[in-house]
Amino acid sequence: MSLTISRAFVDSIIEQSRAEYPDECCGVILGPVGKDSPERLKPMINAAHSPTFYEFDPKDLLALYREVDDNDEEIVVIYHSHTETEAFPSRTDIAYAGEPGAHYVLVSSRKEIAPAIEFRSYRIIDGVVTEEEVSITE
Amino acid sequence: MSIDVRIPTILRPFTKEQKVVSATGATLRAVISDLDAQYPGIGDRLLENGALRRFINIYVNDEDVRFLGSLDAQIKDGDSVTILPAVAGG
Repeated sequence: MSLTISRAFVDSIIEQSRAEYPDECCGVILGPVGKDSPERLKPMINAAHSPTFYEFDPKDLLALYREVDDNDEEIVVIYHSHTETEAFPSRTDIAYAGEPGAHYVLVSSRKEIAPAIEFRSYRIIDGVVTEEEVSITE
Repeated sequence: MSIDVRIPTILRPFTKEQKVVSATGATLRAVISDLDAQYPGIGDRLLENGALRRFINIYVNDEDVRFLGSLDAQIKDGDSVTILPAVAGG
């Protein structure tokens, strides 16, 4: 298991996490069905506007799934930032994880490690977290 | 009366991997009960202590059922019900 992702997407996600700090940022990367290939970055609004929680607005969520279906795409990556803790899924992240096929990416924008930013990816299936390798393509 | 219900990936093991299934019922509660009769176990993934689970969003057509009376939301012939996992965390 691994995630292959472009440097441009990694940079955009990190930039978004800084821009929305101290709130958590979130979004998805979409790709063609069945290819496991993250090709279209789509930042989402954190409807919770919180440093400790993120949530896609239910209306945005429905629109997202409709768009994905219409385009024969799938959600390849679901990402969000942690602002003060490491880039590891929290208990809440695990409880909510509802896309067994997605790569759950976490970035940590906590100050003590800035400007270095952790960027890590996981599968979360039936409450079990498995970290996977991230290959960044230039 | 029959309505289409869209099933998210995470619940498709219950529906033999079908993305859209048919169900009947005049309220969301009745629709979920019919789904559970057809696909045993799915109801428990949608409800907790008789209420909608926090981690699940359900829509009638384009509207979040939380604004339509939740389980009492009225369903008419030709409506479509969409079930989606919330995308959220801490």
